[in-house]
Amino acid sequence: MEQILANGVYLGSQYAMIALGLTLIFALMNVLNFAHGQMYVIGGFVTYTVYGQLGLPFVVALVMSCVTLAILGALIEKFLFAPVIKGSAREESTMLLAAGIAFFLDALILIIFGEKQRGVPKIVNGVFNYDFRLIMPYDRILICGLAILSIVAFIGLMQYTKTGRALRALAQDRTAAQLMGVNVDRYSMIGFALGAMLAGLVGGLLVTITGVNLGMGGPTSIKAFMMVMIGGAGVISGAIWGGIILGFMEAIGLAVLSQYGDITYLLIFISLMIFLAIRPQGLMGKPWG
Amino acid sequence: MQRRTLMKAALTAVTLTALGTSAAVAENPVLKIGFVGVTSGPAAAWGISNQRSMETRAAWINETGGVTIGDTTYDIEIVSFDDQKDPKRAIAGMEKMAQEGIHYVVGPNVDDGAAAVRPVAEANGIMYFPYAFPKSLYEPPASNAVLGMVANYQSGPAIYKYLMDEKGVKSVAFIAANESDPLSQRDGGVAAAEALGLDVVSANVTYQVDTTDFTPVLTPVMRTRPDLLVLSGVSPANAPQLIRSARELGFEGIISTETAQDAGVLAEGAGDLANGFISVGGASTPELASPMMNEFVQRYTDMFGEYNDESNTKVYALEYILETLKADPAAISDVDAFKTTMDSFEAPNPYMNGDAKLRYVGMSSFGQKRQVAVPLVVNVYKDGAFETLFVAEVD
Repeated sequence: MEQILANGVYLGSQYAMIALGLTLIFALMNVLNFAHGQMYVIGGFVTYTVYGQLGLPFVVALVMSCVTLAILGALIEKFLFAPVIKGSAREESTMLLAAGIAFFLDALILIIFGEKQRGVPKIVNGVFNYDFRLIMPYDRILICGLAILSIVAFIGLMQYTKTGRALRALAQDRTAAQLMGVNVDRYSMIGFALGAMLAGLVGGLLVTITGVNLGMGGPTSIKAFMMVMIGGAGVISGAIWGGIILGFMEAIGLAVLSQYGDITYLLIFISLMIFLAIRPQGLMGKPWG
Repeated sequence: MQRRTLMKAALTAVTLTALGTSAAVAENPVLKIGFVGVTSGPAAAWGISNQRSMETRAAWINETGGVTIGDTTYDIEIVSFDDQKDPKRAIAGMEKMAQEGIHYVVGPNVDDGAAAVRPVAEANGIMYFPYAFPKSLYEPPASNAVLGMVANYQSGPAIYKYLMDEKGVKSVAFIAANESDPLSQRDGGVAAAEALGLDVVSANVTYQVDTTDFTPVLTPVMRTRPDLLVLSGVSPANAPQLIRSARELGFEGIISTETAQDAGVLAEGAGDLANGFISVGGASTPELASPMMNEFVQRYTDMFGEYNDESNTKVYALEYILETLKADPAAISDVDAFKTTMDSFEAPNPYMNGDAKLRYVGMSSFGQKRQVAVPLVVNVYKDGAFETLFVAEVD
């Protein structure tokens, strides 16, 4: 039981972080960013290059991942999403654009970083072992702690800073926010950059544990969408709950159902379908959007 | 640094390819050889190592004047198609090869893709060299597929027997991705282990192919405390993470797989925790690699920035095709002639030291010669490189 709880907390914290950026972008711009997983992968590769290849401190690599993805996100918003949103009222235009960006980034990752799985040296050695009832490598404990801290910092930013208030206003009602003097274009770009930065941050954190390869983007996006749907699209707290719920479902399923083959995700998907049939807006979402 | 090196390599490769193509047009007629396999997504490393091996060898041949088959000297052109590990795409790829008049294709990389392309290959007179293990592809009445590597039901028993005799292994646990290839390899491994008298303590645990953290997945397997943990059909992307998680969970036994791996990937992903990991390789360990193999590795590295150890097994398919065509030039456009030649074909293996031969095998497994005689080299990983554990032959 201790192991299941620990695995649940660990998986939940990293999943919540992955979902946060995705839901932020959706809340601000009503864009389903299918390239979120690829942004996560780029964050991992930047940390791999700076920390694993160049040998610079891990913190520097994390900052580089965040900065790179923030710049990339800002550029993508300014030169791709913003013009499309202004020029087309159809939501599928931004969906197609996001899918196109995902394919483009996949190709770019292959050209720049190659096809191989990459990994970096452990940031902390050793394993916490409580009588073989609870085993958790120290690096996972550290990453879990950093993920929780990042989530708390993000919530703080959204709640207590001018930028956070502007972003929340934008998410609640774009027109009203504009009437109140919020520079919509500027804060849309900042919000998208922040969402992409979160993807880069979690990619940089997790590369120390999971490594990174070019194929991780698509599945990561799918998992992030699941968490967002569970918690409620566009709701920050929903993404966190979605991540925690998915993490615990996975940890419990893998421990209890392991002898029945890989049915954990089968049951998770069935549960998700039933849940969405009953509550399509997710846990924290509003029925009107 | 990595990025710069790769960019330089990519530019060099493009330049070389462009120069090579123009030279080919100017000097020799072109012999097209196809590749249909996965070069994108999580399993991209499998197909890309195939494609790059073929491109490296083709560039090398073209640079040195081409390959003479009968009275004609050809330059080699590799026509590639990414099937994205999707059987429908694999069929489209094989149809493209047929439209281009190609009779010899390397790939696909996985079971369902290899099975899907069979009707297209047979209808269009294409011999193909899959890296897929289902026996039905190679047993009569099938006759156009040639297994391009050693199958797990051939290497698995040899590895288990060695470990039983040399390391006193008595119990084994299997773990596989929830996909057709790894699951069928797991089932074959379980049957082989049971036939040898090993105690199979866990065989049902599987994982999603997109799993990135294996600690929760492996926890129940570790509780069974096996002597040997077999990673059935594990992809190079997953192997380091599985090894690392197993070791961190306190597993002290032996870990093995029947797929080819890359030492650099293991070093980065698992470090010293991968020491002792057993996998199937080709011919690049220092004691086995011939000067030609070493030159191949160097040329591959020059062309693409870094070598992939998986190419130790994938260097062979193109060589087999060309050498067999040399043995019977009529086979260039007549695959029936190729099939006839396969029965008696034999040529020196240029990639291995000693008197190893290129020849077709498979009588024991398939009832006909539909497998290339890649040496069964079982490697053990140690401190960033592979060492040869033992070498065997497949009939």
